[in-house]
Amino acid sequence: MQTTDQTLDEILTLAAAHFKVPREKLSPDADFFKALGIDSLQTLDLLTRIENHFHVELPDYELQGVTDFRTLAAKIQARL
Amino acid sequence: MGEKQFRGQALSWQVQGGVIELALHRGPCNELGSLSLGELEQFASALDDLEKDASALIIHSEIKSGFCAGADLRELYERSQAMEKSAAARGVRDFLERIHRVLNRIDTVPLTTIAAVHGVTFGGGFELALVCDLIIADKMARFCFPELRLGLIPGFGGIPRLKRDLGNAVVRDLLLTGRSFNATKAQQIGLVSQVVSEGEALRAARATAAQIGKFDRQTAVVAKQFIKPVPHDELRREIDVFCELFSRPAVQAGLRKFVESTDAQPYLP
Repeated sequence: MQTTDQTLDEILTLAAAHFKVPREKLSPDADFFKALGIDSLQTLDLLTRIENHFHVELPDYELQGVTDFRTLAAKIQARL
Repeated sequence: MGEKQFRGQALSWQVQGGVIELALHRGPCNELGSLSLGELEQFASALDDLEKDASALIIHSEIKSGFCAGADLRELYERSQAMEKSAAARGVRDFLERIHRVLNRIDTVPLTTIAAVHGVTFGGGFELALVCDLIIADKMARFCFPELRLGLIPGFGGIPRLKRDLGNAVVRDLLLTGRSFNATKAQQIGLVSQVVSEGEALRAARATAAQIGKFDRQTAVVAKQFIKPVPHDELRREIDVFCELFSRPAVQAGLRKFVESTDAQPYLP
């Protein structure tokens, strides 16, 4: 099973590629709304891409209050 | 005579090769308000003529962010604020009665109907998809009934039609948690018939419609009538319950919070 760091790295790579942000500009503790410049609909898009990538289902209420990549990765890791 | 082709502000339709294609194209994400409802009513009237030369109907969106984000909550809130309370309540009931007539017409039209969905398919948009015989989703589609977050229930026939198609435990989960879920989950629970690659839902729907066109039309109509009853009593009850809930102050507060929100996650209260 992959580690949380690997999950985090894959999320950062996926987000950078899809929202066309340089990977090196995304840090694990960055606010992903600000770092990616995304709105509510794009947040849902990101969630769906992450679910599809990791083949997991993450209820969106579990993301309430989550703003950084590291916490997001932990939420995904708990479902792998 | 209905129009064979129409291009409105919120939607358009055309008939090609025995397939009617209804395209939604009102930004930001096809929110269903008075403009969309008026054009949907035009479409429902035109169907009387259109259906004579067709075997299938495809409903899809030309908007990138999704199929439909549901009712136009901004318009609903602003109109209800501009009216006296009883007038606002009558206005909501009238809107629901009208959209139920349109959706019941599409539900029972003697054609095989396909919703080709992508992206946000929420609330009233989900309910529009549910009137169709088949839902084909691209893998980025996301479904949700967020109404309970506003102190409401779905008002465009969502619960009765979900109950028609799915087990009650699944319906309770989707409704009572208000969570969104992806196309893979939607297929697992039996809601979506095909999941296709990103951007491929309309192409897959057209291929399915072409297959449908090979069958005897009358047989398809009889089969549809046999297996797809319209839950009229529950649909009527849904309108009553929605209107009862809508009159509560908590709903106005919920709508105001949603409309005025600058939160990046307004769908996650």
